[in-house]
Amino acid sequence: MFGKLSLEAVPYDEPIIMVTVTAIVLGGLALTGAITYFKKWGYLWKEWITSIDHKKLGIMYFIVALVMLLRGFADAIMMRSQLAMASAGAEGFLPPSHYDQIFTAHGVIMIFFVAMPMVIGLMNLVVPLQIGARDVAFPFLNNLSFWLFAAGVVLVNVSLFVGEFAKTGWLAYAPLSGLDYSPGVGVDYWIWALQISGIGTTMTGINFFVTIIKMRTKGMTMFRLPIFTWTSLCANVLIIASFPILTATIALLTLDRYLGMHFFTTDLGGNMMMYVNLIWAWGHPEVYILILPAFGVFSEVIATFAKKRLFGYNTMVWATVAITILSFVVWLHHFFTMGAGANVNAFFGIMTMIIAIPTGVKIFNWLFTMYRGRLEITSPVLWTLGFIITFTIGGMTGVMLSLPAANFVLHNSLFVIAHFHNVIIGGVVFGMLAGLTYWFPKAFGFTLNEKWGKRSFWCWITGFYVAFMPLYVLSFFGAVRRMQSYNNPEWQPLMIVAWVGALIIAAGIACTLIQFYVSIRDRKQNEDVSGDPWDARTLEWATSSPAPFYNFAHLPEVHGVDGFWEAKKANGGVPPISEPPYQDIHMPKNTWEGPIIALFATIFGFALVWHIWWLAIVGGIGMFATFMARIFNDDVDYYVPAAEVERIEREHRQRLKQKGDLAHSTRLETQS
Amino acid sequence: MATDTLSNQGHAHGHDHDHHDDHHDTAGTKLFGFWVYLMSDLVIFGSLFATYAVLLTGTAGGPTPDEIFELPFVLVETFLLLFSSFTYGMAVLAMNANQTAKVSRWLWITFALGAAFVAMEVYEFHHLINEGFGPDRSAFLSAFFTLVGTHGLHVTFGLIWILVMLVQLKKQGLTDVTRPRIMCLSLFWHFLDIVWICVFSFVYLMGVL
Amino acid sequence: MRRKKYLRVLSPLVLASLALLLTGCDSALMDPKGQVGEEQRTLILTAFGLMQIVVIPVIVMTIAFAWRYRRSNRNATYSPDWHHSNKVEAVVWFVPCVIIAFLAVLTWYTSHSLDPHKPIQAEGDDANEPIVIEAVSLDWKWLFIYPEQGIATVNELAFPVDTPVRFRVTSGSVMNSFFIPRLGSQIYAMAGMDNDVHLVADEQGVYPGRSTNYSGAGFSEMTFDAHVGSQQDFESWVSKVRESSESLTFPDEYYDLAAPSENNEIQYFSETSPALYESIIKSFHAGGDHAARVAKFTDSYANDFGHGAGHGDHGDEAHGDDGHSESDESHGEPMSAEAAE
Repeated sequence: MFGKLSLEAVPYDEPIIMVTVTAIVLGGLALTGAITYFKKWGYLWKEWITSIDHKKLGIMYFIVALVMLLRGFADAIMMRSQLAMASAGAEGFLPPSHYDQIFTAHGVIMIFFVAMPMVIGLMNLVVPLQIGARDVAFPFLNNLSFWLFAAGVVLVNVSLFVGEFAKTGWLAYAPLSGLDYSPGVGVDYWIWALQISGIGTTMTGINFFVTIIKMRTKGMTMFRLPIFTWTSLCANVLIIASFPILTATIALLTLDRYLGMHFFTTDLGGNMMMYVNLIWAWGHPEVYILILPAFGVFSEVIATFAKKRLFGYNTMVWATVAITILSFVVWLHHFFTMGAGANVNAFFGIMTMIIAIPTGVKIFNWLFTMYRGRLEITSPVLWTLGFIITFTIGGMTGVMLSLPAANFVLHNSLFVIAHFHNVIIGGVVFGMLAGLTYWFPKAFGFTLNEKWGKRSFWCWITGFYVAFMPLYVLSFFGAVRRMQSYNNPEWQPLMIVAWVGALIIAAGIACTLIQFYVSIRDRKQNEDVSGDPWDARTLEWATSSPAPFYNFAHLPEVHGVDGFWEAKKANGGVPPISEPPYQDIHMPKNTWEGPIIALFATIFGFALVWHIWWLAIVGGIGMFATFMARIFNDDVDYYVPAAEVERIEREHRQRLKQKGDLAHSTRLETQS
Repeated sequence: MATDTLSNQGHAHGHDHDHHDDHHDTAGTKLFGFWVYLMSDLVIFGSLFATYAVLLTGTAGGPTPDEIFELPFVLVETFLLLFSSFTYGMAVLAMNANQTAKVSRWLWITFALGAAFVAMEVYEFHHLINEGFGPDRSAFLSAFFTLVGTHGLHVTFGLIWILVMLVQLKKQGLTDVTRPRIMCLSLFWHFLDIVWICVFSFVYLMGVL
Repeated sequence: MRRKKYLRVLSPLVLASLALLLTGCDSALMDPKGQVGEEQRTLILTAFGLMQIVVIPVIVMTIAFAWRYRRSNRNATYSPDWHHSNKVEAVVWFVPCVIIAFLAVLTWYTSHSLDPHKPIQAEGDDANEPIVIEAVSLDWKWLFIYPEQGIATVNELAFPVDTPVRFRVTSGSVMNSFFIPRLGSQIYAMAGMDNDVHLVADEQGVYPGRSTNYSGAGFSEMTFDAHVGSQQDFESWVSKVRESSESLTFPDEYYDLAAPSENNEIQYFSETSPALYESIIKSFHAGGDHAARVAKFTDSYANDFGHGAGHGDHGDEAHGDDGHSESDESHGEPMSAEAAE
């Protein structure tokens, strides 16, 4: 009846897990109770859950990402604590069976459920606005993508207290992830969480690719696209070309585990090296999916706050395109030690190094954007400066790893861990936090508190160096990744230093949370009425903050790179304001089908994890039936009457009038 | 009046609710989006082809390709699918001529051909499994079943889609909703045909030769 | 004047990183004991040094530009529309290209000279004839087979100094990686595959080695010591191993050893089946019966949701001691049945 599922699946004897679970359940109950008490279910359903508004979806992606960041970081703290303790025969507080799940969950959560939703969330929030569109090409798919991603999140979190998570490392290398060596349900959770959310990601990639190609406003030629949109475009190309490989690879592993096939088994002709090749053929482009949009954020931030046009726009674009293409011919550098011939290794090593050229050029372009600018050192700028330095160091260690002969001694060591945290924290995390601060007012209509933002930055950057520089050193002593304990007591001092670094990063995260609290509390003072709090350059700032659901009352037209900046200049330094007459605006309607399909997908995934076949059939039929309901639903769009647009725009103008004088005077000052 | 930047391109269209510039899911965008989807699907097939190529020698003492493939049988399958592409083409021609009943008729014929193809494939699989050459016998067989089966699964989805279109044609006729869907399905169907040509050449022909 | 200020900001950073580097000087990778490791140290330091040509200017420029062109500094030039310069573009493309070109040549050269599969040319008069040692990664221990001597060990390695060693490396289980940091290159151990790495020790000593590729519950303790001594030391070590009463025959005794076990003691086998290493590789190929042989191990890996059943950690400890896991058998049955199919 319930397949492999029984009450034994709950790890009652693991105090850490049970306390966490209790906290989550109590917190969830409190939240549910509060929503019920304040009668907010209808509001949530109508305004958020069923919403096809790309801005709201972007916000929801970010909220989920931040919640998952807390979980992923809790894993990180536990790992660092374990390694600070488990020296010279000491076992620490986490047995391997638990520790191995934690480092797997940490990697999976941070990449798939923190970094990806942050990147996709920012794309959602910003890209349609930057290209002057009213929405994405396929709004329903956009909603469905988000909820499929959420289904993956649910499955990963359920694994915490029903059964176990994979103990294989985040990429679940076969044959360790095969049925012979991982007979538990952990790998199955990994499979279904990634498969379901991965399909959502593929749809996002297609959606935004088509949006950018097909829905640009008048005058927005490809070489006038804001750099963030360009980098998003390239990231989406990477998603379209690489995520299907992940889908296929996971499907093959699934067939191995569920139908006894032999793709990656050790015997009967299976080939585990193929798993490693396939997973990295996706995995390497994946890291560029994460970093390219972060590059885009830095480009926007640095040009805006230096009050200067981005240096070398065309170079930036071509460098991005070059990275996009090169990212598909370097995957083998993740396993030079597999023993391929010298020619093969040298080829992939050199290809990897070549990526450093366009990346280096980008860095110089950001530097020369600051050069002869008027740089306002806001927190997004701090993140950017921290990024340039940290990422350069990370790039350097990356080039060291790409030398096959050096890789033979650095591979699998803590050097690798230090390197990719160097580029992911220094690049993606800094980029996303910069982007969050930069575009927050566009989403909510008020700016974030600068003081706490800067504190967060200083904690993050200090914490990063304290936590990860020791790992570079330890790698030279032969310390490897994924070890639960070590017998060399000389490693312990540096492990403790790294632990302290993690605590400093924790303080940084706390600062961000306080920043949210303080900013929401003071939202009246920090209100952004103008829609353009930073005196910025691109179209998303041409509309009010928060942007109306139709984005632009009149679709804007651009005449050059930094179209909005040029328009302000032409208008005497102030943004042009949209005036009547207005027209009816065609908009998509909200959808109940997206969340319901994802709900059935969650049930489907859970049932398959536990081999509850009847429930899987229920989930499958549910998905299909809901999808059919969508297909046969013709009532998917409507027109916003011109009068309604006029009412909303009039209110906006009135607010501008009340508070606008102040904003304009400061703006004129910076223009002079 | 709006300024340069915020000038309204909707002006030209008047108030007839026909704002094609800001219309969501216009036929062109839909078709282009579906095209992009097909490219991503092609990557899945590419991965499976690569896997098949790698595992071709992984017979593990089990049967080799030339021992289990029956070329005449597969040739019949191939012609069924090729012919169904032709009949789908006829359906699209009928659509362009606004002949709803004809579209339905051609779709039915396409459905029949596709269903026959799937039936033959199921028979082939059943036969192999019965002989003890199931996908769990060796890596080669795993790869074979998965590659061919994934294509077969796609055709099956195509069949369901044809049924859905038949129902919609009956209910709505040829509209702005159904036309782009028939065009997308057309892309899908021809795409599967091309994939099958690759399967036929790389898997069956090269396996036997 | 201003430049000095940056230096003052920078100097603590530089000092701190130097201190970190200095502590690394006696580390395994910076103080290698073999020819391969030495060449790799040189390579790492060369690459590191070369890249400072870009890294240091970038760091300096970041801080300098941010400070110089800060908003409050009205003395600095402000050219809001300056966004292109052929000269700057030329330099920022040219410098990285030159560095990467140099590194690419270095990559090509060292990928070949340090190819793990390439035999090491014994240097000097005291150089000895190369020997072959076969390393098999098992769950979770290393089996070392000395085909020429007909002996085998678990978790202990010995070979003479100045003697090129060809390690043939495979796995009897999941993927691992064979690595002795002080000697250089690691190589993956993969089931059914015959990989190899050539190493040599230039100094006597005891060098720790381990698996670097995560392989499951007992991975952390999958370590061993490599004893490098004189030819005489090696010979006496071999005779010590030969005194052991244990033998390792394929398949029965081998599969007893292959059962998952953690934190293993050193073991000596005075006798092995001929071509043991080849038999282990073949067990995964057509006609091999690896799957049937290891079906009984499944319980040991099925450390899943059974904690509540009263076995849990105790069961783990028990099998850590004796290398078997009978204690888990009762509750793991549904899993093993499935795996056996």
